[in-house]
Amino acid sequence: MSATNTFTETSDSGFSSPPQVDCPTSDNVPASTPILDVHDVTVAYQHKPVLWDVDLTLNRPHLVGIIGPNGAGKSTLLKAILGLVPLASGTVSILGKPLAQQRRLIGYVPQRESVDWDFPISVVDTVLLGTYGHLGWFRRPGKSERELAHDCLRQVGLEEFAKRQIGQLSGGQQQRVFLARALAQQAHIYFMDEPMAGVDAATERVIFDLLRRLRESGKTVFVVHHDLRTVRDYFDYVVLLNLRLVASGPTDQVFTPEKLQAAYGGRLPILDAAAEALRTREAPHDHL
Amino acid sequence: MITYNTLIVLIGTSLLGASAGLVGSFAVLRRRSLTGDALAHAALPGLCVAFLIVGERSLPAMLLGAFASGLLGIGVISGLRRWTRIKEDTAIGIVLSVFFGAGIVLSRCIQNTPGTGSKAGLDSYILGKTAGMIFQDVVLIAGLAAFCLGILLLFYKEFRVVSFDPSFARVQGWPAVSLDLLLMSLIAVAVVIGLPAVGVVLMASLLILPGASARFWTDELDWLLVLATIFGLLTGGVGTLISTWYSLLPAGPIIVLTGTALFLLSLFFAPRRGAIARWLSAYRVHSQLRRDKLLTLLHDVSEPYWPESSEWTIEDLASRKSWPPRTLKGLLHNLVIWGQLDVSPEGKYRLTQSGWQMSAELARNQRLWQLILTEHAEWSGCLANLDQTDVRECVPAEFHAQLDRELRAKNRYPRVLE
Repeated sequence: MSATNTFTETSDSGFSSPPQVDCPTSDNVPASTPILDVHDVTVAYQHKPVLWDVDLTLNRPHLVGIIGPNGAGKSTLLKAILGLVPLASGTVSILGKPLAQQRRLIGYVPQRESVDWDFPISVVDTVLLGTYGHLGWFRRPGKSERELAHDCLRQVGLEEFAKRQIGQLSGGQQQRVFLARALAQQAHIYFMDEPMAGVDAATERVIFDLLRRLRESGKTVFVVHHDLRTVRDYFDYVVLLNLRLVASGPTDQVFTPEKLQAAYGGRLPILDAAAEALRTREAPHDHL
Repeated sequence: MITYNTLIVLIGTSLLGASAGLVGSFAVLRRRSLTGDALAHAALPGLCVAFLIVGERSLPAMLLGAFASGLLGIGVISGLRRWTRIKEDTAIGIVLSVFFGAGIVLSRCIQNTPGTGSKAGLDSYILGKTAGMIFQDVVLIAGLAAFCLGILLLFYKEFRVVSFDPSFARVQGWPAVSLDLLLMSLIAVAVVIGLPAVGVVLMASLLILPGASARFWTDELDWLLVLATIFGLLTGGVGTLISTWYSLLPAGPIIVLTGTALFLLSLFFAPRRGAIARWLSAYRVHSQLRRDKLLTLLHDVSEPYWPESSEWTIEDLASRKSWPPRTLKGLLHNLVIWGQLDVSPEGKYRLTQSGWQMSAELARNQRLWQLILTEHAEWSGCLANLDQTDVRECVPAEFHAQLDRELRAKNRYPRVLE
């Protein structure tokens, strides 16, 4: 698997190179079109860079965890890939083409706080929004879209809430509505911004099962994740960020104490959690 | 009897109310109500400039001028927000007052000009005047209202996704900025057709009140738009009728007050979202909470004596809870009525058969939550309302069984339920 995961690093910038992943890149193998190719991406808010020279290439479907300390630019990376923030430099291509031509291949789960949950819309209608991209201008969702929406709701265990107004759900249920909406996008590549932040255990389990099923059906999922303890359980590929790309590659090569130290610096409490996670990584996960 | 003139005015104001209510709903939903207000105020200088250019009172020209300067005001707001460090509310305040001030100055200049000034009737655009409306005006209003309705129906799906979740819409490829601009233009159209009747100062209320009122009655966007349109129609129509009957009253303020009456009605009396319904449901939740707490207390003090039913006076119970005696007495009284308690002639309370059962289940639930909080913190993510939520709804069956075992091992499992 590792042979197809390349990690590249721009060396023409004046900054010191972050540690590279010892990844046996086989340049002689004709590379198929990368699923995602992020090249030299820099994002700046008001002259202050929040993401520097990020290069990232993913050639095979993976469950990718994007991790890093607070303010490391995890969400920004996702937004940069999705064209939600302007790039100061760099390019992003999805399956060899610019984002604008590949929007139908993309599913998106934004942070839960990003919308007004008092908006007058029912659960099933929210999920139906996911089908709008395929419908195009002026066409209204019909019977097949409704069936798809209900099917997606079933997959996240919310079918019985279909008619409720979204504000009447718990936080975890709201998060699952967003997941169902992303499923209704029938995408190949999913981008999820902290889907497991502040959710209940039942929701975390639904999300985990869903991630696994997506992975099994050959989809790629990028997840901004904050809980280092569960990284090993959830992801087979890790992108470690701290304004710059610290490392990226298969989880067992990247999720190591040295690389975490590089990303998190001296923030010891977090490192302790990571160390604990590493110690217990082989332990069965009790409730999940 | 309604005269022909009144009928014309009535149709005109009803239509303008309906279109303002319809497009204004989106402004309310997008939290752009104040932007609508600024847009209305910013329309005044455009009216005056159009009058100066045309040189006579021509409704289409003046409305075009109002539309242009209204949109210019919106452009300035978003420019200030985007390219300077000024926050949106400040930008709205600046645009609203500056444009309105300029409009007032211009209108005074026009009115002080001998000859043309008196013909302009610009004063009526500040606070509104319905009496002057003629058939051609109504045709114009009807046309523009139909235009707004048509655009909204055409772009309903797109407006919906952009209004609810703009970044999701952008990821899907919808041109969020252009759609936003289209929506703002529709609001500007609604403002412009409302101006002659209600004036720039009060126009915002015609945009905001119907949508805000309709939100109380429904959770569905389709119905909200339908209701807001009807509310707007009623506001314009009824307001006009009232101001016609009492011809000394200015039309604009009367229309606004009519809308306010509808709003207050919705605010208080709407089912579920209305203030009274919410107060009632909060009261119900609160009293159930207290009832459950009292039953749990009775269980905890009676449990050591089980299966004997021990008796407790109000003072016994009051010493363990901080409730006022009257509240406690009322709660106990209700529990007696519902059959959970028996009361002796000396005023001593004890649990009945069904009281034991119910209180033991409540006590078990509470002890399970305590166990989760103290020893299974990883599950605390599912904490909802500890008193109201059944543990069984939140954890898988096998974990619940484990919790039951742990409770038994601690000798904390309610003996009644064994």
